[in-house]
Amino acid sequence: MNRTEVGLDMKPQVSLRKSRMRKRLDGMTYHLMLVPGMIMLFIFSIIPMFGVLMAFQRFIPAKGISGSPWIGLDNFTYMFQLPDSKQIFVNTLVIAVGKIILGLLVPIIFALLLHEVRLKLFKSTVQTIVYLPHFMSWVVLGTMLTMIFSYDGMVNNFLELLGMERIMFLASNTWFRPLLIITDTWKEFGYGTIIYLAALTAINPALYESAALDGANRWQQMLNITLPGIFPTIILLGTLSLGNVLNAGFDQVFNMYNPLVYETGDIIDTFVYRMGLINMQYSFATAIGLMKSVISFVLIIISYKLASKYAGYRIF
Amino acid sequence: MVQSHTLASRMVNVVITVLLIVIAFLSLAPMLNTIMISISSSAAVNAGEVNFIPIDINFSSYEKILNDSKFWRAFLISVERVVLGGGINMLLTILMAYPLSRSVGQFRSRNIYMWIIIFTMLFSGGIVPWYMVISELKLINTIWALVLPGAVPVFNVILLMNFFKGIPKELEEAAFMDGAGPLKILFKIFLPVSLPSLATIMLFVIVGHWNNFFDGIVLINDSNKIPLQTYLQQLSLTRDQMQNLTVEQLQQYNKISNTTLNSAKILVSMIPIMLIYPFLQRYLIHGIVLGSVKE
Repeated sequence: MNRTEVGLDMKPQVSLRKSRMRKRLDGMTYHLMLVPGMIMLFIFSIIPMFGVLMAFQRFIPAKGISGSPWIGLDNFTYMFQLPDSKQIFVNTLVIAVGKIILGLLVPIIFALLLHEVRLKLFKSTVQTIVYLPHFMSWVVLGTMLTMIFSYDGMVNNFLELLGMERIMFLASNTWFRPLLIITDTWKEFGYGTIIYLAALTAINPALYESAALDGANRWQQMLNITLPGIFPTIILLGTLSLGNVLNAGFDQVFNMYNPLVYETGDIIDTFVYRMGLINMQYSFATAIGLMKSVISFVLIIISYKLASKYAGYRIF
Repeated sequence: MVQSHTLASRMVNVVITVLLIVIAFLSLAPMLNTIMISISSSAAVNAGEVNFIPIDINFSSYEKILNDSKFWRAFLISVERVVLGGGINMLLTILMAYPLSRSVGQFRSRNIYMWIIIFTMLFSGGIVPWYMVISELKLINTIWALVLPGAVPVFNVILLMNFFKGIPKELEEAAFMDGAGPLKILFKIFLPVSLPSLATIMLFVIVGHWNNFFDGIVLINDSNKIPLQTYLQQLSLTRDQMQNLTVEQLQQYNKISNTTLNSAKILVSMIPIMLIYPFLQRYLIHGIVLGSVKE
């Protein structure tokens, strides 16, 4: 008895030591696998984060951050005094919120429409077409849309055909914001539909069958089966979109705006770009950018908290 | 879905079908218009006569592009950044996603790395410090400026990590018992079962690199070294030049700029995306579902 007990004891001990060594070796390998990527993140993401110190300085490139004079919150005070600041903040907010609302609603409606189609080929053809704009750059789309919405472009030709006046969409402070919101939704709604269609495939077809037997018509089926089926997804996307309240879409605005519509179309990101890299007001641009980063950071954290509470979402 | 075949239901079908056709047409309309402009005569285009029917069909714009060395140089630089940058992106994504997909029990520092990575995704120092770091490293005007700053696509790392997490433990257990190390398990077991996910991420990465114009504007000052999208962006008037123009002058400018040729150029720039589009579409749903799988 004794001998066997010892024998039994020995084996796990050896394998335990072996597995501990193994775990350490594997751990080393994991670290090594992460090193190249972490170095890249460190250089290009983390080091620039320390650059926000410039926001509290009158930064002089030749002297660097260590040699430039510190001026406390002067850049921020200047920012709050400048009338432009309020304007770009309002522009950003209005454009971003408009895009969030339309960008949430249109894909839901489109997914519901598409869900009613039974002809597979027709359905997939429509999908193929509406996904396409998502994969094009804002340079390409900006050029196309500028042509189409120009004074003698296609849209105005159409308006004239209907007996209406031609409109300078791209130079009009009335039209520029709606134009941005609508064209952004146009680009992304198809892609936004995919996630709802994925959720819709999870609905049990038996639900529709029994509803039909109970005499529910299509409208009632949609309200009571289809819509509840995608409701969790709607809640999830709705809460996550909170993090985008200050993201009005640099790429789009940059490729579509011009000085005539700065009043309504200039957003934080484009303003920071012009201040920082064109006018070389490094510290001031960094201060505005920092302001945006901090607010966005807080909003994203709140949105993740809400999403995990109400939609069981976890990023990792 | 069960649908009754009443007259009302059929009417609804017709309305929905017509609506979807209209929406699909609107999705394509800008591209159709651009195609028509590119094959019409400049005179007709500048008179605003071209909508969906070309006028005085000719392909001279495309002939001009064939001999446009600046266009093709930019095109090649874009190809180069897709291959080089995309390759680096894929390698780093795979190498990072695997250790991060391990549990804390298997890899004790996992969560520390994870928090750092998430933090880089949520907060940024802004464009000015970003530019200064790249400039200090003497990367300005080199292909590396287009490739290295975005070397780690954090979002894709998380996508792949989530997919790796979902791979059944049984698959790797046998290899683990045989003494296979992490690299062997990653390359022999994880990657072969992750091909659809890898394809999805690769397509995202290719499109991302191909479509990026902004780093070319800021980080490349030599017009012989800009990628294609930056080249196309700079065909239009620069903002500074526009600053002093009146509405009338802007209109005048639009008249003399070569709309026909520029249309052809942006269409040619879309060809690579159109070539991979069938694959893109096939893996789209996979990628979206991949992104939303959460336990």
